[in-house]
Amino acid sequence: MIATAIRVLAQLRRDPRTILLIVGVPCLLEFLLKEIFSGRSDVFQHVGAPLLGLFPFISMLVITSVTMLRERTSGTLERLMSLPLAKAELLGGYAAAFALAAVVQATAVSLLAFGALGLHVGGPRPAVVALAVANATLGMALGLCVSAFAQTEFQAVQFLPAVVFPQLLLCGLFVARGDMARWLRAISDVLPLSYSYDALARVSAAGPYGGWFAADVSVTLAGALLALGLGAATLRRRTS
Amino acid sequence: MEAVRIDGLRVDRGGRPVLVDVSLAVEGGRVTGLLGPSGSGKTTLLRSIVGVQRVTGGGLRVLGLPAGTAPLRARVAYMTQAPSVYADLTVRENLRYFARILGAGRSRIDAVLAEVHLEELAGRVVSRLSGGQRARVSLATALLGEPELLVLDEPTVGLDPVLRRDLWDTFHRLAEGGATLLVSSHVMDEADRCDDLVLLRDGAVLATGTPSALRERTGAGSLDDVFLRLVEDV
Repeated sequence: MIATAIRVLAQLRRDPRTILLIVGVPCLLEFLLKEIFSGRSDVFQHVGAPLLGLFPFISMLVITSVTMLRERTSGTLERLMSLPLAKAELLGGYAAAFALAAVVQATAVSLLAFGALGLHVGGPRPAVVALAVANATLGMALGLCVSAFAQTEFQAVQFLPAVVFPQLLLCGLFVARGDMARWLRAISDVLPLSYSYDALARVSAAGPYGGWFAADVSVTLAGALLALGLGAATLRRRTS
Repeated sequence: MEAVRIDGLRVDRGGRPVLVDVSLAVEGGRVTGLLGPSGSGKTTLLRSIVGVQRVTGGGLRVLGLPAGTAPLRARVAYMTQAPSVYADLTVRENLRYFARILGAGRSRIDAVLAEVHLEELAGRVVSRLSGGQRARVSLATALLGEPELLVLDEPTVGLDPVLRRDLWDTFHRLAEGGATLLVSSHVMDEADRCDDLVLLRDGAVLATGTPSALRERTGAGSLDDVFLRLVEDV
């Protein structure tokens, strides 16, 4: 597992442009968010933390789907599957490497948001970063699934709006889930991002942190594990 | 000792038969060449032996175990036709990763680099290497774990003649050390470098035997002619 994590991080390190995009783009968006709502700072205070926490979900989904697709098409996955390497070790290595990348990303964005942009959260700031890492794992796991259904990198990127946008629209960021039509509410109930948004919103508004917060975090992590399990099922030792 | 024993292997891909009733044995400690035109099913046969190919039917035993079973993964090495290494890592980083998986030490990395003449390019990123150099990185990776069976899919394509000769010397040295090598090629002039030959055509075994035995049987001079006569006989 450590071997794979080191290898994935070494690949990432060789690609400074991607690192810059991972860290720079969410910082830019956070800044733009602050500026477009310059007259209504309550809006920024309301969505600033959730955006910070949700961004690693999107980044890691894109990166994982493309990297894993490359493994499938370049033959390296075939080689790995012929070696004494357990699937869990491979996936664990990926998860560890991208979780670390998410820590860097979320830390950089939170330094900007909590510092220069003056974002306030009622709860502890590290909780936002921790939730961002959980979301990164969820994104990584879904990216792994996506890579199994895409034949080209172009297709993999096209999956992004299909997997991400509906979840973003329905998670409660734009319209509170309680105000949605019943059928939309029902769909949002089964999407993992709804729960991680709820958890982030609770940290943002200083609670309550009762059982519901724990439940939200648990559902997010369970969603990541489920997606990881589905992703593992797409890694086949034997292919046709 | 037989390293590979195949009985009535059948593989279908996309509803189309790729291998039909293939039966053969690969003798241990020798270099066996798998020859045939492209599209004859060489890669599918090699993938079946390594255990990464879904097979339709038939028996396949490798080193005394059913092909593709977990204990074989450390004992069988596979070099795919396209160099399956990470293009965005250096040669050494690639080898280090696969060495960690195989539990091979640092000295093994230096040994395989020397074996394929890549010491001077160890620090170079793979994407900046030529096709032949990439193929050698892929071969070095396959050598890392000191495998008992080496399955190499067209390992010498695109290499210059000197390097090609060196690699065949390496293959024979490994075989003398007790390893079994199964090497595919679509170039008939490589057949003479093999101890044994398996000729494949349209997903079926055309003939097996040593190069000289096949010449004798067909009365042909070059192995190209051997192949032609065998095809005409069918």
